[in-house]
Amino acid sequence: MKDLEASHDQFTIERRYRQSPERVFAAWADPAKKRRWFAEGEGFILDSYDLDFRVGGIERSRFRFGDGPPMTTDTFFHAIEPNWLIVCSYAMTLDRVLFSVSLATVQLKQERRATLLRYTEQAAFFGRVDGIESRRRGCAELLEKLGAEIEREERS
Amino acid sequence: MLKPMLERSSALDKVFAALGDPARRAIIDQLSRGPASVSELAMPFSMTLAAVVQHVQVLERSGVISTAKVGRVRTCRLRPQGLAAAERWIAQRRTSWERRFDRLGALLDAEDEAAASPRRRRSKR
Repeated sequence: MKDLEASHDQFTIERRYRQSPERVFAAWADPAKKRRWFAEGEGFILDSYDLDFRVGGIERSRFRFGDGPPMTTDTFFHAIEPNWLIVCSYAMTLDRVLFSVSLATVQLKQERRATLLRYTEQAAFFGRVDGIESRRRGCAELLEKLGAEIEREERS
Repeated sequence: MLKPMLERSSALDKVFAALGDPARRAIIDQLSRGPASVSELAMPFSMTLAAVVQHVQVLERSGVISTAKVGRVRTCRLRPQGLAAAERWIAQRRTSWERRFDRLGALLDAEDEAAASPRRRRSKR
């Protein structure tokens, strides 16, 4: 039985912070700080959060969005170079089904007194495989939408 | 600032570019009825096999179709749902990290303010 299918992508986000790499790194290393910016906010209900920030350590969050299904992230830290580099991988589940597994690389670079943060995530996303018929129907709908979009672009 | 936006739209641009050609739209139309080999795809068109192969490559790179070679036959099939879902997931993932990094910046700035205000109070005395 094939239940899941996979697709892959990666993205990079760069941010500059006024603070030093030491300060930015501390916000990743300190559980209370990490919890505040990483796990809390925007209507998420955080059921539990644990961070053991060391090589071989695990970060675990259990949360829900409003009255939505349970979601989890489990992170494993592969490499930590203070104020410089964090390499971790994390798995995310949605309603107890594997949703994604990612390799995340965090690089910090000092720029005068400020910090350039570069976050790169390489992810495999998993989706439930639907029956071939619903797939064809979904396809027809998508193509109609795309066709309409192309016509709009051609007109403008 | 512009770079993340460009990266975000590039995958979708590829799809639109792939679908911007009538021959490729006809190929997709045929594949919506079921998987087909490259030579089966070439049959209804007055196109060379090489031209069809090129269109198939463009469609595959855009993620609209997938192909698999068994023996000498390359079979093409649509993967619209996979594509639509992946697009959505990746956009959401990026957005949630963008928001996290906003909060990280706000937290660092709040720390600065908290550290600065007692000093300011002291200097007034």
